[in-house]
Amino acid sequence: MNRKTLIVLKVVVWVACLAPMTMLAFEAATNTLGPDPTARIALTTGYDALFLLLLSLTITPVRAFIPRLSWLIKFRRLLGLFAFFYACVHMLTYVGLYSNFSVSAMLDDIEKRRFIKVGLIAWLLLLPLAATSTTWAIRKLGGKNWQRLHWLVYPAVFLGLVHYWWQVKPGVLAPVRMTIVMWVLLLVRPVLAWRQRRRSRAA
Amino acid sequence: MLIRKPDGIPSSAITPKERYLNRRRFLRGAASTAVGVGAAALGAGRLADVLAPQTAVHAGAKLQTVKSPLSTTGEQLTSYDDLTHYNNYYEFGVQKSDPAQNAGGLPTRPWTVRVEGLVKQPKTFDIDELLKLRPLEDRVYRHRCVEAWSMVIPWVGYSLSEFIKQCEPLAKARYVQFLSYYDKHVEKWTNETSIFWPYSEGLRMDEAMNPLALLTFGLYGEVLPNQNGAPVRIVVPWKYGFKSAKSIVAVRFLEKQPPTTWQEQNSHEYGFYSNVNPNVDHPRWSQKTERRIGLPFYAQRRMTLMFNGYADQVAGLYNGMDLRANF
Repeated sequence: MNRKTLIVLKVVVWVACLAPMTMLAFEAATNTLGPDPTARIALTTGYDALFLLLLSLTITPVRAFIPRLSWLIKFRRLLGLFAFFYACVHMLTYVGLYSNFSVSAMLDDIEKRRFIKVGLIAWLLLLPLAATSTTWAIRKLGGKNWQRLHWLVYPAVFLGLVHYWWQVKPGVLAPVRMTIVMWVLLLVRPVLAWRQRRRSRAA
Repeated sequence: MLIRKPDGIPSSAITPKERYLNRRRFLRGAASTAVGVGAAALGAGRLADVLAPQTAVHAGAKLQTVKSPLSTTGEQLTSYDDLTHYNNYYEFGVQKSDPAQNAGGLPTRPWTVRVEGLVKQPKTFDIDELLKLRPLEDRVYRHRCVEAWSMVIPWVGYSLSEFIKQCEPLAKARYVQFLSYYDKHVEKWTNETSIFWPYSEGLRMDEAMNPLALLTFGLYGEVLPNQNGAPVRIVVPWKYGFKSAKSIVAVRFLEKQPPTTWQEQNSHEYGFYSNVNPNVDHPRWSQKTERRIGLPFYAQRRMTLMFNGYADQVAGLYNGMDLRANF
């Protein structure tokens, strides 16, 4: 892929990733977030974080199956960081709009409510991944270590989905689609590894 | 999420409600006439609706009402738009905006309410009969959802107790159960849930006889929109919203506590009583505060009141009861 196309694509991805946040900001400014602005912000940002995280996890299998698309790797970090960005806004929404910045209310929630606990753990797991996303950090850690550390994305996305399931009312099946996508993306990885091993043995 | 739906349809392109409703009624009439000669009588009945649409009562039609001393004062009303576009009515979809889009197919006329169980004699009330049973009152109530959001709603109806008296329950009836309309062809969104339908709710007799419990036919002085539980529902303002069953087709008087939908679904999270109580948390969130619908995001949060602010009228019903155990 030439440089120009890459720049255009990067701009497109940036704009697409920022679009939900821009919408929220615009609607907040014009007071058009709908009947329940607090819930709207929380649900949108949580959903976007999971969506982008899953999207970033599709890149590796797509590259493996369609070598022609191997340039997609150039977008994985961007998607991961935007997922983290929305996870942060999601968490701040909880801190500010749900808990009113009350530390005791938050501690109470974390102690008593498993969906909050799990959500917090998922966010904490993303933290070192975001922190080591720079090229400098990758070099410093070395590819192997970096990869090992970034394996944390799997428990993070899994716990993110658990957080989603535990948040909706029992009987509501809204997270089903995302859950299926997650399992496909998780289970395709051993298949890829197996294929890789077989190939290298053949070679 | 990244894919935006196209912008809203310009208002100029929206068919006026009157015309839309008439068209639906016309199509319904036409369809039933087409069924054949055998069904001609039925077709004619529907055609009468078409020829004289003013006889059909539909959402938005004005109701004649009187003031009520039981109305809550000093609260800003939630807008009509929010009341009718932010609904939990899972038979028509689990998203808050779903019922407003999907509930159009709810056949609110003709409509009857069966009265059964421990009564002197089972009977059936026609909706038009119910509308005339007592003068309709404007009753402003706070509405607190178990999900920790709240509204202030100007309902129209009369005390449920007035209706119950007409049902002539036997002395041994201790509970009353309400069953909502259910037709999986009309309410195909029920597939999106693993809930057992029809929706069932219940009250203890003394709760149901409290004058605050409202048999409800309208809001903002008009006939209930379908998504708000047309044509008749109950409103129990000191309990979480899900206790206020919508679109009621049957009322049963029982000796034992009836199974209720959310309690059956998860008895750990939803109790039979479900009184609004800031001191008893939902397992997944605190009930100490709530978000008022329709306010800007920084102004929504407010304290939740015991019995939703109706303690003076209803606290006596629960004397000596452990409200933590009987949540």
